[in-house]
Amino acid sequence: MRPKSPSNNRRRFGAAPSSAGAAGPADSDCSTRIDPAEALPQIQFQDAVRQRHAASLAVWVFLSTEVMFFAGLIAAYVVYRYDYPAAFSACSHHLERWVATFETADLLTSSLFMALAIHFIQKNARRLSVLCLALAFLGGAAFLVLHGHEYATDAMEGALPGRFYRLAELPAVGAPMFFALYFFITGLHAIHVAVGMGLIGYLVVQLLRGRYSPAYFNPMEGVGLYWHFVDMVWVFLYPLFYLIH
Amino acid sequence: MNPASLAPEHPPSAPARAPSYLTAETGPKSWLFTHDHKRIALLYLGTVSFTLILGGVFALLLRLELLTPENTIMQAQTYDRLFTLHGVTMVWLFMIPSIPTVFGNFLLPLMLGAHDVALPRLNLLSWYVFVVGIAVTLIGMIAGGTDTGWTFYTPYSTTSPHEVIPVLAGVFIIGFSTIMTGVNFIVTIHTVRAQGLHWMRLPLFVWGIYGVSIIQILATPVLGITLALVCLESFLGTGIFDPLKGGDPVLFQHLFWFYSHPAVYIMVLPGMGVVSEVLPALCRRPPFNYKAIVYSTFGIAFVGFLAWGHHMFVAGQSTAANVMFGVATMGVAIFTAIKIFNWVGNMYQGQVVFNAVTAYALGFIFLMIFGGLTGVALGTVGLDAHWHDTYFVVAHFHFIMAGPTLLAFLAALHFWFPKMFGKTFSARWSLIGAATTFFGFFATFTPQFLLGNMGMPRRSYAYLPRFQWLHVASTMGASILAAGLLITLFTLIHALFFGERAPENPWDATGYEWACASPPPPHNFEVTPVITRGPYEWPVIPEEARRAT
Amino acid sequence: MAAGSTSQFFNTYMRKLLFLPRQGATYAAQVDHLHYFVLLTTLAVAAALTVTGLAFFVRYKQRVPGKRGTRAGQGLLLEVLFIGTPLSFFLLWLGMGIDVYLHIVSPPADAMQVYVTAKQWMWKFDYPDGPVAQGVLHVPVGRPVKLLMTSRDVIHSFYVPAFRAKRDVLPGRYTEYWFQATAPGHYDIFCAEYCGAGHSYMRGQVIALPPAQFHAWYAAHSRGRTAQDDANDPAVGNSLVAQGERVAANQGCLKCHSVDGSAHIGPTWLGLFGRREVMTDGTALIADAPYLTESMMAPAARIVRGYQPVMPSFQGRLAAPEVAALLEYIKSLHDLPLQVHPPEGPTYEPR
Repeated sequence: MRPKSPSNNRRRFGAAPSSAGAAGPADSDCSTRIDPAEALPQIQFQDAVRQRHAASLAVWVFLSTEVMFFAGLIAAYVVYRYDYPAAFSACSHHLERWVATFETADLLTSSLFMALAIHFIQKNARRLSVLCLALAFLGGAAFLVLHGHEYATDAMEGALPGRFYRLAELPAVGAPMFFALYFFITGLHAIHVAVGMGLIGYLVVQLLRGRYSPAYFNPMEGVGLYWHFVDMVWVFLYPLFYLIH
Repeated sequence: MNPASLAPEHPPSAPARAPSYLTAETGPKSWLFTHDHKRIALLYLGTVSFTLILGGVFALLLRLELLTPENTIMQAQTYDRLFTLHGVTMVWLFMIPSIPTVFGNFLLPLMLGAHDVALPRLNLLSWYVFVVGIAVTLIGMIAGGTDTGWTFYTPYSTTSPHEVIPVLAGVFIIGFSTIMTGVNFIVTIHTVRAQGLHWMRLPLFVWGIYGVSIIQILATPVLGITLALVCLESFLGTGIFDPLKGGDPVLFQHLFWFYSHPAVYIMVLPGMGVVSEVLPALCRRPPFNYKAIVYSTFGIAFVGFLAWGHHMFVAGQSTAANVMFGVATMGVAIFTAIKIFNWVGNMYQGQVVFNAVTAYALGFIFLMIFGGLTGVALGTVGLDAHWHDTYFVVAHFHFIMAGPTLLAFLAALHFWFPKMFGKTFSARWSLIGAATTFFGFFATFTPQFLLGNMGMPRRSYAYLPRFQWLHVASTMGASILAAGLLITLFTLIHALFFGERAPENPWDATGYEWACASPPPPHNFEVTPVITRGPYEWPVIPEEARRAT
Repeated sequence: MAAGSTSQFFNTYMRKLLFLPRQGATYAAQVDHLHYFVLLTTLAVAAALTVTGLAFFVRYKQRVPGKRGTRAGQGLLLEVLFIGTPLSFFLLWLGMGIDVYLHIVSPPADAMQVYVTAKQWMWKFDYPDGPVAQGVLHVPVGRPVKLLMTSRDVIHSFYVPAFRAKRDVLPGRYTEYWFQATAPGHYDIFCAEYCGAGHSYMRGQVIALPPAQFHAWYAAHSRGRTAQDDANDPAVGNSLVAQGERVAANQGCLKCHSVDGSAHIGPTWLGLFGRREVMTDGTALIADAPYLTESMMAPAARIVRGYQPVMPSFQGRLAAPEVAALLEYIKSLHDLPLQVHPPEGPTYEPR
């Protein structure tokens, strides 16, 4: 949500920026240049505070749609787990629990770094912020690598969805269903992680260019919310798939 | 007149007319890359007009085929594809987008006293995603088209040899457009309201859009993953809905209807918002009970999520489930009843002006009474055992959903035509179009109630001879309906090019959107408004301004 | 009796006015009575609202241009009325509807059972220890009949408008539907769930016969046939294949195994003999005579991958000659083209 640079329109519509959201404290760190225009909201907003609220609300509303995405899939999972409890339990034991535990810790740490990145930009410590973002990015990458390894192992064993299922040691009825749901739901989650990594990369570039400051870091907050959400989804998926007794 | 303290109801007459949003910039790029919500609304208007005509052509072909019990103009497979495409086009390519994307986009900032929506670039993106989705769906249609019905029931949809995946993908993409629109509107309503515009001063149309947006963002994702699961099963044989692999085909129905039942409210709530907005203006008095309309809107939005199982009364659900869904269905119906009583009451002690818009609004109410009460009848469970999947249901949902949405769309188009284009249309021809459309609609679908009573199943290419004469009657009605729509189309196109210049507020309506010029300048208001009155009160005009007019 | 004939007259009059077919089942009248109640109330309300609307429209029409209306007060009492009255009716109707529905889904204990198999695009009716019919369901008047229905392929829906009820027929599951015919006659059966190109041709007939006639029909088609039937039916003969086909029908094999290649509860018999099958434990084998025999006697020993272990054992139920006949029949099932055509009328698979 980049605000537009000021133009004649601003004066003509008489919407003077209110005291809130004016250019932030003078930058003493590095050579970050705060463009006064960055603090001015787009014309549809009465002040920068409103614009920031709008950005935040937009992300929250979007996340509620994501919740519904996963909720529907988890509903399907619940139905089939109820139908095939023994098969699901056997499949769950078959998965590599320790790898998944490490993945969970990894994502949680990555979320922590994301939060730290926002903390540091508020303190105007741009370099530390970039560092934290990079670590968050690496956390996501590590998750994808580990998860890819899990998928590869399953594929070689034949624990695949539906008609590709080949693994003999797990119950023939119920296991293909488990793996169909497992691959689709965790795959969808992995796509979200990849998208999140892309967004974090974008933030790093923008930060290096000096676009964010303590006065304006809305996109970081938005991506931060998204990243925490992706983490939360995994916290739900982990016990559902890996911790069945 | 101090602009800071009064809503500028009568902008000082400028010596030269300032450029409107239509003329301020020219050239295709200024339209295709615009951020202006009004131009985006017109982009959508063009698109949904196309999809409406497309869906209508499919319907006419179906009705022609049904003139005789066997082959009339096409084979069974073509017929099956056509009714599927009619459903998909009308539901996702027309009814769900139409009123929110055209009138929501155009009017929301105006009604909120703002210069644009909260997220203008997301707004433009939503249109592009919509167009891409339509293109993918059309590719699917041309490639042969699926024949599963717009409901895509498994296992037929996962085992059918026909082109299911492109159509599913197209609908999936359009779902994203819907979500973007919903997000945008919710954020807009929360954050760009003018000073003085607190919640209970919002116009009822805005409340309607707000309710719709909530349903859109919560329900559409479930449709998305359901269609994705069907694609996966069709493509990879995952077996999630296949009983041979341990799957449950009825699970698909639960997931599908969990979205599709709220979807019918996505289709009809904006229309209700239009009628709630238009009636006070045409009856020239405030709504009968403003809060009742607001609360019933949210009642529909929330309770509507609980009633999906009434599509599955005979699908093998438990009796307990049937009872619960029946109760939820009756609950949702009450909210519509509240609105109907309030709309009829709006005329009480009013000064009712009769024109095409009034005709559309009253027609909306009339169809909703029959559609709603037949819905209650279906919701009793016991009667549904006879009517389910017959023409009775087809008539019911056209009466409650298709007809009202279409009429409300046309009502909105006529009512805000002067605002959007600055032109007037022929009062006589618009009324002829409205009356013809309404009577054509009634004549098309009333025979279908009787067909359902007789037991004719829906989605049937061939039928027993005793059903024929009712089908002929229905097809005759459909031709009248088509004629009415054509009359309306020509009337409006004529008005667009040759209509007289419209006055700023031809209806003398109270809405905030009439406070700016018709058509508005690119950023809506010369001076950012401050709202000091309710949406259904006439502004207080100072003496000197009144004497000047 | 006067009241009875008046209500009968009202019933018939309303039924015809609403284009409803004859009430062929015992609960159909109850369904129709609820229908009349709902419909007449609906019409009354719609009429009242229309009249009110028109009255307001005329009374409050603007006659002086520019004149504005007054703000009329909205009472809380009015809103309570707006909510309370419809809600009471709606819930009353729901209660009555659930009562009707419970009747429709509660078969009496002594109901005669018939197995129904729905398949694209025909209905097959299987009387236990009795005839097998296609497209026509003979039933006795005055006796409850319970249908146990399953589908060979996609979801269908068994619908008899004269009985005022339907039930979806699902693959991989049995659903139940019961009725008791009130009078002799022919009642149309439709498929009410879209199932493909032949959906609108997937029709049938319920033929309700007086009990004596029904028993006569049942006996005639269960215990052997007339010479005329034999002469007309080319499939009849004493060949092992023909005998095997009869055994398969009578023993209920065809309820789970198709002979045309379509997927169902058990592996299809088309091309089965000599086919390489993979078991749930991963081993593969050729379906030869010993394996097929073992499948009939001890089916749980080896299950083909992708199928559920639901086949019952036929140990003691099949004599050796019958097993042989079945094997010959299965051997005879090579690739046959799928045929799609509307059912030509009742055909009986002989015993």
